[in-house]
Amino acid sequence: MKEIKRPLPRVNELDTKDFWTATKQNEFRYQQCDSCATVIFYPRRHCTGCTSGKLQWKVSAGKGTVYTYSVVRQSYHPFFRTVAPYTVAWIDLDEGPRILSNVIGISADEVSIGLRVQIEWEEHEELHIPLFKPA
Amino acid sequence: MSQKRDAAIVGIHEYPERDVEGLVSPMQIKAESAARALEDAGLNWSDVDAIYDSGDGGGMSGLTISEYFGLKPSVIDTTAVGGSSFEYHAGHAKRDIAAGKANVALLTYGSTAHSNARAIGVGGRGFGGTHPADNMDVFAGMTLIANYALVAQRHMHEYGTTSEQLAEISIATRCHAMRNPEAVQAMHDLEFLDIRETTIGDVVNSRLIADPLHLLECCMISDGGGAVVIASPEVARDCKKPPVWILGSGEATKYPENGGDITTSAAIQSGPSAFGEAGVSASEMDIAMIYDSFSITVLALLEDLGFCKKGEGGSWVKGGRLRFDRPNDGPALNTDGGGLSSNHPGMRGIFLLLEATRQLRGESHSQVENAKLAVAHGNGGMLGSRHCAGTIILGSD
Ligand SMILES: [Zn+2]
Repeated sequence: MKEIKRPLPRVNELDTKDFWTATKQNEFRYQQCDSCATVIFYPRRHCTGCTSGKLQWKVSAGKGTVYTYSVVRQSYHPFFRTVAPYTVAWIDLDEGPRILSNVIGISADEVSIGLRVQIEWEEHEELHIPLFKPA
Repeated sequence: MSQKRDAAIVGIHEYPERDVEGLVSPMQIKAESAARALEDAGLNWSDVDAIYDSGDGGGMSGLTISEYFGLKPSVIDTTAVGGSSFEYHAGHAKRDIAAGKANVALLTYGSTAHSNARAIGVGGRGFGGTHPADNMDVFAGMTLIANYALVAQRHMHEYGTTSEQLAEISIATRCHAMRNPEAVQAMHDLEFLDIRETTIGDVVNSRLIADPLHLLECCMISDGGGAVVIASPEVARDCKKPPVWILGSGEATKYPENGGDITTSAAIQSGPSAFGEAGVSASEMDIAMIYDSFSITVLALLEDLGFCKKGEGGSWVKGGRLRFDRPNDGPALNTDGGGLSSNHPGMRGIFLLLEATRQLRGESHSQVENAKLAVAHGNGGMLGSRHCAGTIILGSD
């Protein structure tokens, strides 16, 4: 029987391509405007804070805090139904970006808002996925 | 108070069936509902000169729908913002009529979400689009209900809101549904297991779907649709039913932002715009038709619309306050039975206008005596990530 895999991002999507390419080196990149200092995430080609700035890539240290979470107990997705219950969470990285991911390495019932977490990369052929485990 | 009476809802129809598998198409639901709503107003197809549609007709919906209905409108508006589309349409129809561009506006909706086993409500996947933002979170396994659960979890964390408080929304809505024969029939047709008034215990003891939200905090997935006819004061004067005036409208967007507050919705922006135009406040509302995709949706929206302070929604809704038979305690909520217990074919916004109109005409099954003012608030998209808000204030003569 064919193994059902986690759905993955498209590596050739033009706004997010550089982000996903860098994950192969276990780098979590985000953008900051060199003119107005706005942190941009998800990645884009323009600054949303001003019309003139250039965006610079920065690398996050990969540490953050659970902003909110839910334990998903029912999913119709062929992959996620096999891993339920699992935790989806918005994670606030210390540098500013907020990312939706999973909290792993801890029982779903022990996850809490404010929990300190760090990236645990899940390796795939074309890219790595930033999941989060307790720091 | 200087309220403008530029346009009024003069005709309504809610398609009565919730399970039409293989028998009726969404376009047929739209046309049937349009004809009945025009009859309700005492108007005909030939009176319609403006149509509003959220894309049921496909890529060039305005054209497709015009041809299908046999109309040659001089105004087409195909604003598509999910479940809030119809509040946008009502606001735009008022604007177009006030500008002299139209006299009779027709809003329609038809969906066979239930028959198509579409993934909304409990079954929703929620993500998987082609937008760059979707490419960032496709791997996380977000479901539609988890999206709303993320709001509920943070709301509980910040303000001490409890599942018992959220359950108040489910049981008030079910109480109203049990008084609405079409809602009771809908629950039978959709094979609800236990069709009766519910208690807080029933809700919090139903199974968790995505913590902290339980099964009885989630909307149904039905087929259905409806239509609304909006007309100028000159036309409204000669219609069969008393006019229900559109007194104010507001629109707003919300999306995830670094450091943003997930417990606050776009209603915080659309509400003041609508109430301000109408010259009234939330505390004056007799009826609150609030998009109840999930219990938390209503709680957050009530706060954002100004019925109580942010974070105080949990204690505010306690003790059955939202029931139709407690008029001195504030507005009656979703007196048709809501999306939780009467009708949710994917985009509920039109039903908010329909039941608000019934209340202001005195035609509801859970009639609030002498109801004069109503708010209809649609939330399109998802509460916990990106959504549009449409607020409409309605008033009787
Ligand atoms: Zn900038």
